[in-house]
Amino acid sequence: MLRKHLTDERVEVLIANLLRGGVLTAALVVIAGAILYLGAHPRAHVSYHTFHSEPQQLKSVTGVIGEAFTGNARGIIQLGLLLLIATPIARVAFSVVAFAIEEDKMYIVFTLIVLGVLLYSLFGSSTIT
Amino acid sequence: MNVLEFTFLVWAGSLLAGFLGALTGLGGGVVLVPLLTIFFHVDLRYAIGASLVSVIATSSGAAAAYVKEGFSNIRIGMFLEIATTLGALLGAYLTAKLPANAIAIIFGIVLLYSAFVSRRPRQRSAVEKPPDPLATKLKLNGSFPDAGGIRHYNVYHVPAGFGVMSAAGILSGLLGIGSGALKVVGMDQAMKIPFKVSTTTSNFMIGVTAAASAGIYLSRGYIDPSLAMPVMIGVLIGSLMGTRILVKTHTTHLRLVFSGVIVLLGLEMMIKGARGGF
Repeated sequence: MLRKHLTDERVEVLIANLLRGGVLTAALVVIAGAILYLGAHPRAHVSYHTFHSEPQQLKSVTGVIGEAFTGNARGIIQLGLLLLIATPIARVAFSVVAFAIEEDKMYIVFTLIVLGVLLYSLFGSSTIT
Repeated sequence: MNVLEFTFLVWAGSLLAGFLGALTGLGGGVVLVPLLTIFFHVDLRYAIGASLVSVIATSSGAAAAYVKEGFSNIRIGMFLEIATTLGALLGAYLTAKLPANAIAIIFGIVLLYSAFVSRRPRQRSAVEKPPDPLATKLKLNGSFPDAGGIRHYNVYHVPAGFGVMSAAGILSGLLGIGSGALKVVGMDQAMKIPFKVSTTTSNFMIGVTAAASAGIYLSRGYIDPSLAMPVMIGVLIGSLMGTRILVKTHTTHLRLVFSGVIVLLGLEMMIKGARGGF
């Protein structure tokens, strides 16, 4: 019981750092992209009144990464947002490991279900509209 | 409006929403979509996408602070996330199927509900009921540090709580909000989990729930980087500021004013939606 309590506490500290690090990294990448974006065409006209969806390369994980590494400002912002979305997913993945260390089979299964739903949304849903 | 003006104004508005949301405990996410659609004439789908992204930022930021305090129950959170993430998938699918005006009306109802629901702890007579067998089997009962040492608690009505969480997930995916108020209702009132544990665990779950619909939003093109950027940065800074000040101030009057604003925005969303304005 004592050992379990100690691992729980250590896991909680690690999770807290993971979340904070993820959000901070995401925000920094978004700000970097924002500086590029605002510097490039500050006086251009914008309107979000009608929905046009996004260009294909900003709608998938691989597309966004490719776009960001070509130095495209909107691609870099989108990469930051992707890092943000990845943060809770990493948290869940980390919990799988934590429950595995505790040898809690039931919660390994529960956590894997949640992780599966998250990964499906991010990688598998683009084929279905 | 040009890019610079628009970005700055959306950033400032999001900052205020995040600040007031954190300060009053009502959450900033609920006012973002009405703010963007009514005042900035942003299409509902773009607004929902930007709002959802900011929900992940504030939830993860706040959860980092709460986790260390030892109030949140990771097992309760993970078990109920099965319900919220599956609900969020369904909700995100419904966003594409339902007409925008119907979504706006549902949004209005949720705004009115979150303004009226009290997130205050209720005085609960601490009657020692025997532990619920299902909750025991799922290892949901826990403990947290209290003034008088470690306090143990039991969890009840697991299926009802699971049901409320599914609904919270659907609304989160449908509207791009955190559904924090409904999550707390599910845990605090249905499952009889202590209020402090309910609120912190709810915050813990919001980010994961939102991530479940974020992937679908991304692939549908609801997440526009140029719009989500000022919203996310604004809400994140605003809510961090609000959380810092929260400890030192009494927010009764502010809560009342902010609830009033939420009611007005809710009515406006419903009226505009009913008139086919989205």
